[in-house]
Amino acid sequence: MTVRKGYIRPIDFKHGRVDMTHGSGGRAMAQLIEELFLAAFDNDWLRAANDNACFAVPGGRMVMATDSHVVSPLFFPGGDIGCLSVHGTINDVAMSGAHPLYLSASFILEEGFPLADLKRIVDSMAQAAREAGVPIVTGDTKVVEQGKGDGVFITTTGIGVVPEGVNISGDRARPGDAILVSGTLGDHGVAIMAQRESLGFETTLQSDTAALHGLVAAMIAAVPGIHALRDPTRGGLATTLNEIARQSGVGMMLREEAIPLREEVEAACEFLGLDPLYVANEGKLICICAPEHADQLLAVMRAHPLGAEAAIIGTVHADPQHFVQMETGFGGKRIVDWLTGEQLPRIC
Amino acid sequence: MKYINEFRDGKTAHTLAGAIAREVQPERRYHIMEFCGGHTHAISRYGLSDLLPASIRLIHGPGCPVCVLPIGRIDNAIDLALNRGVILATYGDCLRVPASGGLSLLKAKAGVGNMRADVRMVYSSADALKLAQDNPEREVVFFAIGFETTTPPTAVVIQQAEKLGLGNFTVFCNHVLTPAAIANILESPEVRLHGTVPLDAFIGPAHVSTVIGSQPYEHFAEEYEKPVVIAGFEPLDVMQAILMLVRQLNEGRAEVENEFSRAVTREGNVKAQNLVAEVFELRKSFEWRGLNEVPYSALRIKAKYAAFDAERRYGIEYKSVADNKACECGAILRGLKRPQDCKIFGTVCTPENPMGSCMVSSEGACAAHYTYGRYKDAVAG
Repeated sequence: MTVRKGYIRPIDFKHGRVDMTHGSGGRAMAQLIEELFLAAFDNDWLRAANDNACFAVPGGRMVMATDSHVVSPLFFPGGDIGCLSVHGTINDVAMSGAHPLYLSASFILEEGFPLADLKRIVDSMAQAAREAGVPIVTGDTKVVEQGKGDGVFITTTGIGVVPEGVNISGDRARPGDAILVSGTLGDHGVAIMAQRESLGFETTLQSDTAALHGLVAAMIAAVPGIHALRDPTRGGLATTLNEIARQSGVGMMLREEAIPLREEVEAACEFLGLDPLYVANEGKLICICAPEHADQLLAVMRAHPLGAEAAIIGTVHADPQHFVQMETGFGGKRIVDWLTGEQLPRIC
Repeated sequence: MKYINEFRDGKTAHTLAGAIAREVQPERRYHIMEFCGGHTHAISRYGLSDLLPASIRLIHGPGCPVCVLPIGRIDNAIDLALNRGVILATYGDCLRVPASGGLSLLKAKAGVGNMRADVRMVYSSADALKLAQDNPEREVVFFAIGFETTTPPTAVVIQQAEKLGLGNFTVFCNHVLTPAAIANILESPEVRLHGTVPLDAFIGPAHVSTVIGSQPYEHFAEEYEKPVVIAGFEPLDVMQAILMLVRQLNEGRAEVENEFSRAVTREGNVKAQNLVAEVFELRKSFEWRGLNEVPYSALRIKAKYAAFDAERRYGIEYKSVADNKACECGAILRGLKRPQDCKIFGTVCTPENPMGSCMVSSEGACAAHYTYGRYKDAVAG
């Protein structure tokens, strides 16, 4: 016998707030899962209502990645913590060359957080997952007392499968390789900064948050032998290239004039005393490939909507010090070092 | 950005570099101090010294406000935030400056024992004032540092606080003066005793000079026979200033010239000067990191505005603290040594774990060399 609909009062998503019962494991939690998460993410695995998701996987090497999201503010031009948490993990999986298959999502909610905001975030996640074709198949919800969190933190985990013959890793950059980026740098970081009330300046700039697995698939289809891929999130291009240089034991030389930047980003960074090479991106990737593949990859990237402004920005060379250097537009040379300290907290 | 990029144009840079290379005299060496951290940063970031002939040596001066702040003053700020229960509002650059006992404002914020300092990063003095308005139940102290450029905005918020009748807002004033520091360097025995530290000319401050004008430097040109060229912070400004200084030195002139005429006049910003004079007065002496006590080199809040003076309200007592023995920041700030001459540069002292203040701010000589230029040391040695 099913419970008559009339016996359950629907959750008030307009005026309601998260309270401690939503994480208690009791009826309130079950109702939140059903009316919010299940309704939004809707798929067979969730409907099975187990504490896990059970699925068959194709053969080959599997990839797994996880990412926690604490961005402030939760809503920003071009996105929100919801779609960001889906894109972030899909991109981490995709940077191995893998085809992402499934996601999990874990929420830490703060008591008092408006359910309307939570619904907006969950709907945004659902839309991002649908658009990416990667379902959210399992999850968890916890609630902490007021003052012990900051609205909502979301951790997502993803798994995927690497196509046969693809071997992409940060330790495979070789002297002579070309360095490409898929588009303009720093858009996400500057969009977030502009939104923070303490800065109080306005821009039309939007976060570039996007799932990159489609772009990666197109690139791999053209050149299966790509050496390294990485999305330059926190710490930006500079930090990501330093990571790869260290992993691969090589040096790099960039050409400042080749690095794509939006004028708004350049101006905002100028104003705030930031270097756009260190500002976070959420929808861009760095690709390192053999020199003979560079032009072909560039053409493939530019033909994809997420790579329209792709560019070849430098080359890999032998350097026992593993320095990332840059020929400045001014004609001199300088190091592009690791990020020191924290340029901007809670960017993703 | 168009107006900024004009001053970063590579082609013009090469033309200027060619002119400098043609004009330097083969047997002569040119020792030019750029006073400001803004210039130091531009030189390193754009790799500007790669474009200059070897006979030109750029000496990084003490014009980085974070770098010259002595440990004792940071200790005072930490004490305020940790033990007096105030919200301390500070510019981000100050957070990581090493203080006594391995502390910094950043570490105090994370917690010391069971005490936690409430330190908030602000982008302007107005942000600090707003913090006080938004937190009427808390006392807010603005940790005011900087040269003449940041002094007028501090004066403004003190006057605004008075108008608003804000009882919970005070300023811990650490504003310092550029001409006093230049005079101190020129008077130092190393510079006066010929040959120890050759110092032929100065690149004068950009933003500071928009406030104080070019007039205050005339004394240095006349009295010490050192040419001064006031220059903007863009790399082409610096190149142009170097060319002008080379010409002055070649011709035996010692004058104040203004490369930054798009922003600097001889008189400066008189309105800002009057505002500063209304709120602040000279301190008899102030300790600078690297320069020690420098007479009449800093400002304090006038008695008229005592209600907004954190030093008076909290009875702050200054205690001088010696720098780490191995740290050469003092000698580097005076132009006696280069960052790479310091034994702990890049080994014990790095941007992640700064021992001395020059490694903290991106305008500091050590941080600039570490971040942008240290590949040259690797090649050399």
